[in-house]
Amino acid sequence: MFKILRARLFQGYRTGKFPYAKPNLPAHFHGYPILDAAKLTQETIENCPVDAIKLSGGSATLDLGRCIFCGKCAEHSDAVLFTNEYRMGTMSRDGLIVNGIPSKADSAKAEGIRRLCGRSLKIRQVSAGGCAACELDFNVLHTLAWDMGRFGIQAVASPRHADALLVTGPVTKNMLTALKKTYDAMPKPCFVIVSGACAISGGLYRDQAETMNGVESVLPVDCYVPGCPPHPAVLLDALLRFIGSQAVAPKE
Amino acid sequence: MNEFLFCTNHTFFARQAVPLHDFPVFRSLLLREVPNHEVAAFFAVPEQDEFFLYAALLNPEKHGLDVCSTKVGKSYPALTPELPALSWFERELFEQYRIEPIGHPRLKPLRFQSALNGTDNQRPEAGAAQYFTMQGTSVHEVAVGPVHAGVIELGHFRFQCMGEDVYSLEIELGYQHRGIEKMLEHGPDKKSAFLAETAAGDSSIAASLCYHRILEAAQDIRIPARAQALRQAALELERIANHIGDSGALSGDVAFLPTASYCGRIRGDFLNITAELSGNRFGRNYIATGGVRYDVSDDTAGKLLAKVNAGEKELMNALDLMFDEPSVLDRFENTGTVSEETARQIGMTGMAARASGLKRDLRISLGSPEFPEHLRQCASGRTGDVLARAAIRRDELEDSLAIVKKILSALPEGKCSENHADSVVLPADSMIFSLEEAWRGMLVHAAVTDSNGKFLRYKIIDPSFHNWGGLEMALRDQQISDFPICNKSFNLSYCGHDL
Ligand code: SF4
Ligand code: SF4
Repeated sequence: MFKILRARLFQGYRTGKFPYAKPNLPAHFHGYPILDAAKLTQETIENCPVDAIKLSGGSATLDLGRCIFCGKCAEHSDAVLFTNEYRMGTMSRDGLIVNGIPSKADSAKAEGIRRLCGRSLKIRQVSAGGCAACELDFNVLHTLAWDMGRFGIQAVASPRHADALLVTGPVTKNMLTALKKTYDAMPKPCFVIVSGACAISGGLYRDQAETMNGVESVLPVDCYVPGCPPHPAVLLDALLRFIGSQAVAPKE
Repeated sequence: MNEFLFCTNHTFFARQAVPLHDFPVFRSLLLREVPNHEVAAFFAVPEQDEFFLYAALLNPEKHGLDVCSTKVGKSYPALTPELPALSWFERELFEQYRIEPIGHPRLKPLRFQSALNGTDNQRPEAGAAQYFTMQGTSVHEVAVGPVHAGVIELGHFRFQCMGEDVYSLEIELGYQHRGIEKMLEHGPDKKSAFLAETAAGDSSIAASLCYHRILEAAQDIRIPARAQALRQAALELERIANHIGDSGALSGDVAFLPTASYCGRIRGDFLNITAELSGNRFGRNYIATGGVRYDVSDDTAGKLLAKVNAGEKELMNALDLMFDEPSVLDRFENTGTVSEETARQIGMTGMAARASGLKRDLRISLGSPEFPEHLRQCASGRTGDVLARAAIRRDELEDSLAIVKKILSALPEGKCSENHADSVVLPADSMIFSLEEAWRGMLVHAAVTDSNGKFLRYKIIDPSFHNWGGLEMALRDQQISDFPICNKSFNLSYCGHDL
């Protein structure tokens, strides 16, 4: 008993300051990109492993819903520059299309959701393929380093208790039925959040015989969190904005 | 003709050089060797209407692999009845190419996928398989999954129980099947490295090492010492983060919360150290052909070393709490035991095999480690229960922490990556095995090239592929309520298996 208490004192209070302060992001973090169409070469476009960059009629776009943030496009050219802007989650698929203008955190649907759920959100997570890193970094939000519970967000075991479904993975053909059944078991209205390139667009596994092209091909989606996998700060920020939490304006 | 071709890790050789035996000879070789040697790979390469079967066995004495082959048609007499270690491999042959191993005792789908050679597009319905059942008035069956209660991957578990006691557990996977091997065919292309890397997200470093070493072998690139050291550090950091997470999860599953919550946080700190090296908490895209993508400054290396030291103190404090707690030890001890004999028979690998007393560690058997003095010759007198699998994590954490600290405190000078050509031409009609000791155990990437030097076949064998059967065995005669801690003590990869 004393040992446990001593350990408690030794380990200390370790919950991070985010979202009340900016998150600690690693030096090589790839956040919201800035795109310069004039400098874009055909080679950069073709080298993207997931064909996320498009150029038509002089205007270029980069689809964050497909991007796996490998950084390849920024490595050999300065047409793309990754900033450390982590507020990348959006409430619309279009919001993920980067066209050069720096991002503005999106708060479009927050009001409606707040009316339905107050400021809490019970989430049923379902992996629908993918490499499991996306769900590992959602899980991490439950640890005391992030302590997501203090914002009223919590993962629940039963879909019947859930307000939202958080899906990761491209939706494999083998998971199609189980995913739909889970969704059907949720009381309506409910929300669908997709996390990671796989779940948004199929990511690396897009256009394959064994997978669907992301959750949108199966269910209506309300919130999109880009990344491969999304950094916990990216995901938590998106969830907080999704529920219209007050906690999302870190002091500069 | 030689019985086997001996090859070293990460070395191309001509397919022609592999001894091709008549099936009876092939069979007798395997019957003789498999009981005492780990099966690294057993897979088919189609050729017209026939199939080459390749078997690769570890040869720890010579620090390499012994490879042999045979040719079969649509069926052959199964080897599993004599060699249970081949059971999942033969199920895979059946599923991927519809080659029937006649007499296989449990021939059923492994991943519920369509055939790789496309002659049969009948996809079986996921999970619909013939399960082993027991008869009797007090027998009941428990079915769990594919969607589980927690935030975790997908799989289906069938228990046959009498009261609380489990008589048999059968595991059906495949829900995460994305078709990675199929997608890698005709590569390497711009996507290949990422596909190989995301086979199992928590083993990204090990997997990308396997992949890039194949491309390096093709170009005869020598990795600079600094890159080598950083790669080893990243691999050990991956092991550390996962072992910490599992230690905490085990503690949480027996409701001892202090260690569970400390470890959950400390795991994150180690993921963040990987992120400082690579930009990504899972080390995505850190390994590059020729070395690593980012160098570290002396200043950063010093800071990371300080973080490792601090994390180690907190970790040991958290683990001490758990291992000093009688109520925890009582739950761990004699739970989910897999005997050494069983582990050998079913061909278990890695940490779980070592916990059952088998000396299986590629860092030793392939003679690759730069830091052998830090790897204790583990596994004498291990008991094979949950306690052994928890304790071995602690030992391995100490070893890996020592390696990382040593690397960070004395990084070799030089560059962190060797120059290489952008587009790689692989040797034609060749084969290569690329193995790493991932944190769960032996990870194998085997590539077979066609006459144009493209991947004809890219076979990935995750350590979990060998060990899921171990979890099934661990549950025999256990209480069903002990399933969570047995499962956590293995913490196998679903996606790595499903590909
Ligand atoms: S960072 Fe994104 S856009 Fe750039 S090459 Fe990689 S996947 Fe494509
Ligand atoms: S988006 Fe990336 S990290 Fe997430 S499941 Fe897919 S491959 Fe894994």
